[in-house]
Amino acid sequence: MRSSDPLTFFFNNLSLFESKVIAHLELSFAAVGVAILIAIPLGAWLGHIHRGSFLAISVSNIGRALPSLAVIAIGIGILGIGFLNTMVALVILAGPVILTNIYVAVAEVDPDAVQAARAMGMTPLVVLWRVELPLAMPLIFAGVRTATVYVVATATLATFAGGGGLGDIIVNEPTYGTAGVIAGSLMITVLAFAVDGLLAIVQNRITPYPLRKQGRQAKVEPLANAAAWQAPGNR
Amino acid sequence: MTVALHLAPAAGGPVIPNFGGASNCVVQNHQFCMSWFTHNFNSVFKPALIQHIELTAIAVGCGMAIAFAAAIFAYKQSWFGTPFSLLSAFLYTIPSLALFELLVQVTGINRFTAEIGLVSYTLLILFRNTLTGLQGVPPAVIEASRAMGYTPRQTLFRVEIPLATPAIMAGVRIATVTTISLATVAAYIGAGGLGKLIFDAIQSGFKTEFVAAGAMAIALAIIADILLVLIQRAITPWSRHRVQTF
Repeated sequence: MRSSDPLTFFFNNLSLFESKVIAHLELSFAAVGVAILIAIPLGAWLGHIHRGSFLAISVSNIGRALPSLAVIAIGIGILGIGFLNTMVALVILAGPVILTNIYVAVAEVDPDAVQAARAMGMTPLVVLWRVELPLAMPLIFAGVRTATVYVVATATLATFAGGGGLGDIIVNEPTYGTAGVIAGSLMITVLAFAVDGLLAIVQNRITPYPLRKQGRQAKVEPLANAAAWQAPGNR
Repeated sequence: MTVALHLAPAAGGPVIPNFGGASNCVVQNHQFCMSWFTHNFNSVFKPALIQHIELTAIAVGCGMAIAFAAAIFAYKQSWFGTPFSLLSAFLYTIPSLALFELLVQVTGINRFTAEIGLVSYTLLILFRNTLTGLQGVPPAVIEASRAMGYTPRQTLFRVEIPLATPAIMAGVRIATVTTISLATVAAYIGAGGLGKLIFDAIQSGFKTEFVAAGAMAIALAIIADILLVLIQRAITPWSRHRVQTF
């Protein structure tokens, strides 16, 4: 198990890393999936009717302020140790980012485009599906991407609540030694960057062609989110 | 689950309750024992809270000093913006526990190491917001200040920086709540603060401590967020209208 340097450790323990990475991604994608299922319909609808900006923005402000380890700790106290607790915690952390982005994205679609669609006889749901959502896609996906990278990074803390993943290697120095801790830390860093890079490619692909330039701009997503987050309650 | 904690040897006294003379609630490990919390607030929770605020204040202060200088330099020398932005984005994406563990290999288990990590996480937001704020100053205003005889330095300090203040304060606000969050993780490498109580609870399994320390960290983040909004509004009264209309 123990090795003198991180690289040797990595190659001596490939199957360990494989199982931990899979567990890590399972937990992360499950959490992001649930967060998307909750936040996307809610945010799209609120943005479509231009209501509830206070809700959408302040949920995000509070969500951003929630310390991840604290949410997991309270989860241990209430739900106990295991996969469920960590997943609930990660959903709570990821949901607000996605919600605010889709809300802002849909609410700020060019009103002229929406009016033109209405004038063409589209029903509200068709306007949402055919006009607002495609135009909002770059920002919506920027939110999903930010949330996913955040969740993959935060899922490292799942180990403290028995949620598994790469954190198990990082916090278990007695078993894996310093080399293992370093290898685990580097692995999770690589994983975070890989997920971010892959989602950047997907983001470009699913963006409607005329908007691709904007999609590239959305790469500065922490700032885009900062803009959403910094807006005070009532806009 | 094996959890290995490196905690600084002298960091705080015993926080695991005395099960011999403890109340029924504590003995049965209920979800939250109010009496234990109030009884131990001054000895356990208050010092951790103060330590947590110190950790955050130092990190945001140092981060601001670095990011502010870098942003002004990038504002004057535009080539500098992209590399610094990329570097800080790189640091920001590294998962916190991994960064702390990697830094420990270099500077050891102590608060200094924790502060290096925390500062590196503040740079991206503070740098980008400061630079965006400065770049958002209308050129006409800058020209007017030149026409009034301001030197470039006077323009910077009396016109550009004040006008960039709302964006800078928004950055300070996000950086502060982020740091409060990451500081709980930093307790893993001996930074102390509320995170230490969470890690103590992970070892003892004492639920009241989980819930109390977690809730205090969340409350601290939300209160800090609200306070910074109020400060932001107080020092930039002119921006209230503009920001609300978005």
